[in-house]
Amino acid sequence: MSDNAIELKNVKKKFKVYYDKGTALKDKLLFWSRNKYEENWVLNDISFNIKKGEAVGLIGRNGCGKSTTLKLINRIIYPTSGEIVVNGRVSSLIELGAGFHPDMTGRENIYTNASIFGMTREEIDEKIDDIIAFSELGEHIDNPVRTYSSGMYMRLGFSVAINVKADILLIDEILAVGDVNFQSKCFEKLRELKASGVTIVIVSHSMAQIESICDKVVWIEKGNIKEIDKPSIVGAHYSNDMENERMNTVNNEIDKSQSGGNFNCSERTGNGDILIKELYMYKDNHEENKHVFTMGEHLNIEIAYECKKEKTEGTDFRLSFVRSDGVVVYGISSLSDKAQIDIKDRGKIIFNIDKLSLLPGKYYLDIDIKQKDDVILDYIKNAKEFYIENEGNDIGEFGVISMNHKWLGDKE
Amino acid sequence: MERIKELYAYREMLISLVRKDLRGRYKASVLGFLWTFINPLLQLIVYTIVFSVIMRAGIKDFYMFLFVALVPWIFFSSSLTGGATTIINNGDMVKKIYFPRLVLPMAYVTSCFVNMLFCFIVIFAVIIVTGFGVNFTALLCLPLIMIIEYILALGISFITSACTVYLRDLEHILGIATMAWMYLSPIMYPASFVPDKYQALFNLNPMTPVITAYRDILYYKTVPHFQTLLSSAIIGVVSVIVGYFVFEKLQKGFAEEM
Repeated sequence: MSDNAIELKNVKKKFKVYYDKGTALKDKLLFWSRNKYEENWVLNDISFNIKKGEAVGLIGRNGCGKSTTLKLINRIIYPTSGEIVVNGRVSSLIELGAGFHPDMTGRENIYTNASIFGMTREEIDEKIDDIIAFSELGEHIDNPVRTYSSGMYMRLGFSVAINVKADILLIDEILAVGDVNFQSKCFEKLRELKASGVTIVIVSHSMAQIESICDKVVWIEKGNIKEIDKPSIVGAHYSNDMENERMNTVNNEIDKSQSGGNFNCSERTGNGDILIKELYMYKDNHEENKHVFTMGEHLNIEIAYECKKEKTEGTDFRLSFVRSDGVVVYGISSLSDKAQIDIKDRGKIIFNIDKLSLLPGKYYLDIDIKQKDDVILDYIKNAKEFYIENEGNDIGEFGVISMNHKWLGDKE
Repeated sequence: MERIKELYAYREMLISLVRKDLRGRYKASVLGFLWTFINPLLQLIVYTIVFSVIMRAGIKDFYMFLFVALVPWIFFSSSLTGGATTIINNGDMVKKIYFPRLVLPMAYVTSCFVNMLFCFIVIFAVIIVTGFGVNFTALLCLPLIMIIEYILALGISFITSACTVYLRDLEHILGIATMAWMYLSPIMYPASFVPDKYQALFNLNPMTPVITAYRDILYYKTVPHFQTLLSSAIIGVVSVIVGYFVFEKLQKGFAEEM
């Protein structure tokens, strides 16, 4: 008998994606064109082994093939080519409460549900008390299931699934059942099961959950294995990757209306005596066209303006950094700063930050120009949208700003 | 074979499903479980009125003649049509949990079979009350023909349940086909009524020997011809074997198709 609980050998899986699926006889005979489909290769040659007693996590973006892999291990679907070997009885925490009949009592439903997992009557008799105790349903166990709240229903289903005497347990993103106490109980139970030699495979988006139980993590991307290693290692790479991906998307998505010197002028007021013509945000070089900046690095804001007034004394340039939820995290005005700014007919002003202290998140830049008696010349709200990325925040500060700090020990 | 061992391991699931189905049937309706008997009895009354009072077929004790064939027929036809939807009705389970899919049609046919047994209680009650009488030797063949019909119904339900997943219309087509099939079987009339030139064709109907056997045992009160039993046994075995292979082949795609 092999050492492995699960073996995947060169597994490939494709799905047919129909343009317009017709399952009626009429559709199959008459509307040939509707039966056209595209082939979608969800898994392209996946191979890995899971030893008996190991706990493995499967992670990856949505649509990468991890749930498909789980279904293949669970024998719900079969590979297009390749081989899957499963040694041992499989239980899955995927469909809770299968086979439940609303008019039958909780106890009776335990028998039905457990039998679907392949337990015999004797096995169920052995575990019935454990299952009832785990579900915390008490006397309600002998009431018909239709009287249960959805929480009770889920707890019962979960209770049965996790108490099935299985060699392999498959879990698909379902660990968020019940209140906090119940959840910790479930985690405890999983650890117990692992200690007793049950092989566990978890699909999850939560690296925290995976890190707490799994020995190794398989990262699947677009149907291929990207990395297999310890959770802490793969987890870091995965988060980085996700973040980079997101920032790339952000860079591409933020409208043409905000690239280069353009800015979003949909919320603009002012009498127009001075008008902002172009607004740039960049790290070092005016030519850069990006909207993502990094903590601790430079930030330059360049304002190109046109002035129609004669008297320009007391003109105030104000910048506000506003977080995506509306909190003004930083604001400064050139006048209160006593900045020496010469205002010409056409000119530009550069506002320079040496070390950006804003924490990762999404922000907007508001800019306005006022004159001494508070008359607004040009006010643009949400002129620029920008992001501060996670990289650069290795120490994990949270809140609004970053601050230089030290931890000191006991002086005595 | 592997599969048979697996089905044995899942026997508790089979029992649970049968129990659930029997409990669930008609639970919400006023007469509840009594419908199991009332349904065939009502059909019996209507057909008797039509075929012996209105369209006089001239058969002695027509109600008995009809009843002993109707009850086994209802078992077969409900296995055929009801059995067809067992997989699609349990789509959620099939898409999420592993279990030998064969259990679903098996459970349905078994619960129909149990219903038939209850109806036979009614048949025997009628026999006793009306003093119709039985032939005990012939009666020994009754369990045999019941088992044969059970196997036949299983095989057919395997085929219909698997095919219905891919062709949803089948559910409706079967409803009509079953109705026609009933009239083409010797249920309302004896096989002898069929003109000679069509006899051979008529005998191609797999249900003919089965119905004939039931009638021989309970109405004519004779032991059925060996030929009859043999034909029906062969048909039953062929049906379950073909049904099994068709089902196994098609079941791999169930989860994807639904």
